Amino acid sequence: MRVKFGAAIERVDVVWGETTVYLKGDRVLEIVQWLHDDPAHQYNYLSDVTAVEHRDADQPLEVVWHLRSLPFRRFLRLKTLIQKGEKLEVDSVWPVYKGADWLEREAYDMFGINFRGHPDMRRILMWESYKEGYPLRKDFPLRGRFSRSEQLRQALDQDPEARYSMEELSVADAFQDLPPDMRERLASGDTPGE
Amino acid sequence: MRRRTVEYELSTTGLDAQGRPRRVPLVTDGGTAVAFEPPPSVEPELEGEHMLINLGPQHPATHGVLRLVLELDGETVVRCIPHVGYLHCGFEKIGEYRQYNQIIPWTDREDYLNSPGNNVAFALGAERLFGIEITERCKVLRVIAAELSRIMSHLVWLGTTCIDIGAFTPFLWSFQERENIYKLLEDWIGARLTTSLTRVGGMGADIPAGWTQGLNNFIRTFPKTIDEVDRMLTRNAIWVGRTVGLGVMTPEEAVNYGLSGPMLRASGVAYDVRRDFPYLDYETYDFDVPVSTHGDVYDRYLVRMEEMRQSVRILQQASARLPDGPINIDDPRVILPPKNKAMNEMESMIHHFKLVMEGPRPPIGEAYVAVESPKGEKGYYMVSDGTSKPARWRIRPPSFVNLSAIPKMVEGHLLSDVIAINASIDIVMGEIDR
Repeated sequence: MRVKFGAAIERVDVVWGETTVYLKGDRVLEIVQWLHDDPAHQYNYLSDVTAVEHRDADQPLEVVWHLRSLPFRRFLRLKTLIQKGEKLEVDSVWPVYKGADWLEREAYDMFGINFRGHPDMRRILMWESYKEGYPLRKDFPLRGRFSRSEQLRQALDQDPEARYSMEELSVADAFQDLPPDMRERLASGDTPGE
Repeated sequence: MRRRTVEYELSTTGLDAQGRPRRVPLVTDGGTAVAFEPPPSVEPELEGEHMLINLGPQHPATHGVLRLVLELDGETVVRCIPHVGYLHCGFEKIGEYRQYNQIIPWTDREDYLNSPGNNVAFALGAERLFGIEITERCKVLRVIAAELSRIMSHLVWLGTTCIDIGAFTPFLWSFQERENIYKLLEDWIGARLTTSLTRVGGMGADIPAGWTQGLNNFIRTFPKTIDEVDRMLTRNAIWVGRTVGLGVMTPEEAVNYGLSGPMLRASGVAYDVRRDFPYLDYETYDFDVPVSTHGDVYDRYLVRMEEMRQSVRILQQASARLPDGPINIDDPRVILPPKNKAMNEMESMIHHFKLVMEGPRPPIGEAYVAVESPKGEKGYYMVSDGTSKPARWRIRPPSFVNLSAIPKMVEGHLLSDVIAINASIDIVMGEIDR
């Protein structure tokens, strides 16, 4: 790997039998694709995508991938460091592993990391109109940013339609295309006898 | 795409301008039902028109607060958009403010059908971080706990899936057996659901005298229940009709989507963490990893049934080999002194106080430990910065990743099959939302 990608590999650690490879952020997708396809490696299983922020505010934020090679029974940890002040953005590995879909959405939801090339980068555990930031960041207080009363006020102000994604709303918009008499009947709420 | 046709009996026959049978609504007029002649404008062609329905979050068949937005063409699912997060409690955030032993009760509450298994997994992760080697007796006791909780979780899956698909009796049988396991756990640790069984470096309690007798009784009687359920379901025409050919995942898709556990093995990929990345000396136990080939709901059922039988085999071996000796390691860095010493000796009291108030401190480092939970590969990833609380505690939730493939599995099937497919994933929302 070091031979093939040379400068893109920053450091390799082996601790307690777990190998950690530190990558340059802009080469992640290329390297993961090679690890997945190369017959001598075949890292075909993505266990986890997550991120780590340290308590020490000067330390960089880490994005972590845990890969497994099922044919060779190997385990590999990949890491990319994002220095403080840099843009929180890395490549998405979704084109290689479909299982990365929700895991990357969760990392985005909790840390605000933007995964380039992900097809549907939305919040997943928190609701879409959540305004308090990214909960697992260290500058996020344990009790949340807003007081209980403020949270309640926001919850009551919620637009229930906000829980629908644009995709779903597009289906609802098809309502406008119905013939006028049917639209009228549906809107009035009465159901025809079956 | 499969379609089923249903023929309706029309209350009044009649043909419209195109020669198709017309539906005639009945209205009640003065107590007598009279046929109502519809206005001459015929209803627009409904074929190809899509309907959006909302399944959950408060729906008994979604196994918790899962919400699926389904776009239907007739009864066929065209698109499925899952929404999760209704049960999000921020376990990972809270874990950053707790000592390692204080996190163990949180692990009870994520996948609450598998609490002992989660406790074992978390303790293994923390011990790798601390660099601790646990005692032999502790290892065997943890295997017993993990396998009991696997059976417990599969029994809940079996019972609820039967209810979803329409069979009621296996639910009663499986919950009866689950009650037996609860009794065993209650005798052992005092709790039934939220066990908090392990500690870093050992167990919360040793098994009481005569406990293995109860375990052996369970091992003897439980396979009979499995056989009864097997007789009731495996060749039952309704069961087979409701499960075969649904939600098929090919082996390549299953691996690519990151599925694990019975979901992956039903698709024909023999990956079991216990066998491929052994922990707790699982390589010394004699057990088989059941693998099926079709990857549909029926095969997932078969795999889970066989897994329960294999768990019984592991329990037999563990019960036979259970060695004597201490359950906790002899390491004052992590293990509390005995209670009578802590109450009577000054040094032990200080030691007890320091461990409880400050907590054991692992060296700087990180560890990812994965175990085979009933749902799949459950991983705990912990990063320590040298303080007594983890800098980051991450749960790799198997149901979360398995559930992310549900749009792929349900699209093209009927609405009623969504329930069966969703049940076959064996989700626990506590683990998905955390």
